[in-house]
Amino acid sequence: MAIDLPFIWAAIIAFAVLAYVILDGFDLGVGILFPFFPEKRDRDVMMNSVAPVWDGNETWLVLGGGGLMAVFPLAYATILPALYAPIIAMLLGLIFRGVAFEYRWRTKRGQFLWNWAFAGGSMLAGFSQGVALGALVQGIPVANRAYAGAWWDWLTPFSVVAGFAVVIGYALLGSTWLVMKTSGALNAKARRIAFRTCFATIAAMGVVSLWTPFLKPLYLDRWFGWPTAIFSVIVPMLVLGCVLLLLSGIRNRRDAQPFLAALGLFVLGYAGIGISFYPFIVPPSVTIWDAAAPDSSLAFLLFGALILVPIIFVYTVYAYWVFRGKVDPEEGYH
Amino acid sequence: MLENFDATTLARLQFAFTISFHIIFPAFSIGLASYLAVLEALWLWKKDQVYLELFNFWKTIFAVAFGMGVVSGIVMSYQFGTNWSVFSDKAGPVIGPLMGYEVLTAFFLEAGFLGVMLFGLHRVGPRLHFLATSMVAFGTLISATWILAVNSWMQTPAGFGMNDAGQFIPLDWWKIIFNPSFPYRLVHMVLAAYLTTAFVVGAVGAWHLLKNTAPRRSRTMFSMAMWMATIVAPIQILAGDAHGLNTLEHQPAKIMAMEGHYQSHPDGAPLILFGLPNSAEKRIDYAIEIPKLSSLILKHDLNAPLAGLDTIPQDRQPPVAVIFWSFRVMVGLGFAMLGIGLWSLWCRYKGTLDSSDWLHRAAVLMGPAGFIAVLAGWITTEVGRQPYTIYGQLLTADSISPIAAPAVAASLIAFIIVYFLVFGAGTFYILRLMKRLPRDPMPDLDGGPIRTSGIMPGPAAGAHGSTHHGD
Repeated sequence: MAIDLPFIWAAIIAFAVLAYVILDGFDLGVGILFPFFPEKRDRDVMMNSVAPVWDGNETWLVLGGGGLMAVFPLAYATILPALYAPIIAMLLGLIFRGVAFEYRWRTKRGQFLWNWAFAGGSMLAGFSQGVALGALVQGIPVANRAYAGAWWDWLTPFSVVAGFAVVIGYALLGSTWLVMKTSGALNAKARRIAFRTCFATIAAMGVVSLWTPFLKPLYLDRWFGWPTAIFSVIVPMLVLGCVLLLLSGIRNRRDAQPFLAALGLFVLGYAGIGISFYPFIVPPSVTIWDAAAPDSSLAFLLFGALILVPIIFVYTVYAYWVFRGKVDPEEGYH
Repeated sequence: MLENFDATTLARLQFAFTISFHIIFPAFSIGLASYLAVLEALWLWKKDQVYLELFNFWKTIFAVAFGMGVVSGIVMSYQFGTNWSVFSDKAGPVIGPLMGYEVLTAFFLEAGFLGVMLFGLHRVGPRLHFLATSMVAFGTLISATWILAVNSWMQTPAGFGMNDAGQFIPLDWWKIIFNPSFPYRLVHMVLAAYLTTAFVVGAVGAWHLLKNTAPRRSRTMFSMAMWMATIVAPIQILAGDAHGLNTLEHQPAKIMAMEGHYQSHPDGAPLILFGLPNSAEKRIDYAIEIPKLSSLILKHDLNAPLAGLDTIPQDRQPPVAVIFWSFRVMVGLGFAMLGIGLWSLWCRYKGTLDSSDWLHRAAVLMGPAGFIAVLAGWITTEVGRQPYTIYGQLLTADSISPIAAPAVAASLIAFIIVYFLVFGAGTFYILRLMKRLPRDPMPDLDGGPIRTSGIMPGPAAGAHGSTHHGD
């Protein structure tokens, strides 16, 4: 084999999912924080800070789903039935919070409903994603190219803890985003919340990280066996570095720094999960090569991805650039 | 009520329900995105403020509809995996990359430029803003192209082989994408989207003409919509006819069901206009028919023989009644659209386009016609593909996930409740936005209204804070 197409695609899909997690993570986080900001004026600014970009952020989720079906159809066809309930819950959550972006501005009397939809939908989506991730890390039994487990296998103490961990992590991303994008009293409150959610996130990461190696011998081996154990030393140090940057950014009023440091925390956590179960895409039995579509499918889509992803990157950066800087509370909606 | 169904039936119901809701939004937003691009181009070209005012009016409506399309679309992209995992595993290598291209070429383009289009006019200036609007419109068309390639491949599969795992594997991408029914379906659907939007815009224009709220803008949008109806409705009828002939060639059983031809007609088949399909007796009761016309339409020969469903094994036949009716609804509405188009042309010629109350009332009545026709058309083609998901290759019954009926039933009920709540509210807000066309002339001419709430008060009403109306 000249080029290992499944490996390249695993990297691309991993990147798409990471892009989704950190991008939609902060706008879901803004929704999760809604209950802490009861003032309508604050909520208007919070929503406006993500309104121009949330749709693009969520497109990475569609790429993750559609891409998985295209290049790893067996993974798509086994993970989704296994995680049936959390996936449906996530979709319903995303519906409520997605339409709230428009509906909230369309009514005065019913606005409280869409505030709830935005906050509740964001929490439900984030929690479901965490549960799904936890269930995937725990492993999904596959036999005869089909999910071979039971309907409630996804529900375990570990997956529930992972669900809360993701909600907390998104709240950190959301609060640091608000630190970066807002000013005045809203900014001060966001800094206080970012300070607290930073510690909560570290605690959650700690619990999940200490738990994970004991779920499967494979993970234990990865975490404490040579040479991957190197990461077990380096990653916590990098995490510590990110935490210090985050806290110093809050203290010294460098408003973009906490958000970037929070992104760093997410990348590190994500890398930790990836290192744990590579080369499996559906642990503990299906590898990326087992699940891959034929090379003709992989090559055809790779051709387009290599050209299009950089272009997407350029205009996505442009879209963020257009709306750079602090949100002007007076600018309002379109 | 759902406990008597098996998982396959429930999964089919769920797919039918979620995709029927979903298709409504793209059918509207494809056309509306193009209309917005045209309005903005006219504004830049003619420097006439009326086009910018119309652009801003429809932009807000577009935003609500587009948001509903996005969230209902995400459901679709995951439902293949949750409920139709065997189909996904088998067909993923062929249709997956096409959907991947849809995301990469269309969804990101739309989403990336949507923010600029909705919120960015002041930040980027008119020219770049027009570019953003055009990109959104272009994105909706690219999206339609890819997803119709996928659907058409499921109707008329080509360019594939099978591997040892039972998966469809791509052999010739050109043949996969440009499969036999794709060009026809694409043209038919894009025209349908344009007609749908034209009749919505026409209805809103006509309603405001009847109310005399904002004569200049109402006239402009009504006239634009009626031109669209006049020109596109006849083209759509021709495109539909060509699509039908293509279906006859590749999916004859679907045509038999549409025509209600239970029996073969060796010397000229009649065109059955109406009647009651009787599947037990395999005949159309109380049929009103025109002898030999079906053969003339489908074969261009009065006496050409046409095979009926009696030539298809019972377990390979699509259900007749649904298709028979949905097809007639679609065709009937198509001709009603043609009628409105011609009527408006006559009024235009007589100079009464802006004053003919009866034309305006008819246009208001026809406002939802496009949506109903699109749904009826999709029901015809999708139910007509049964009992297959991939025509002639993979049975629907063999495509389902190994899921338990209660799981599907529970999620189906959840989707039904949530969709009616959420999209019901959205439809209500859209209708309210359509109702609130600010009076001529608009107070702010600096590039777009700035509203921090959903209220778009008329100048007088706003000053006195009469927020009680409508809320």
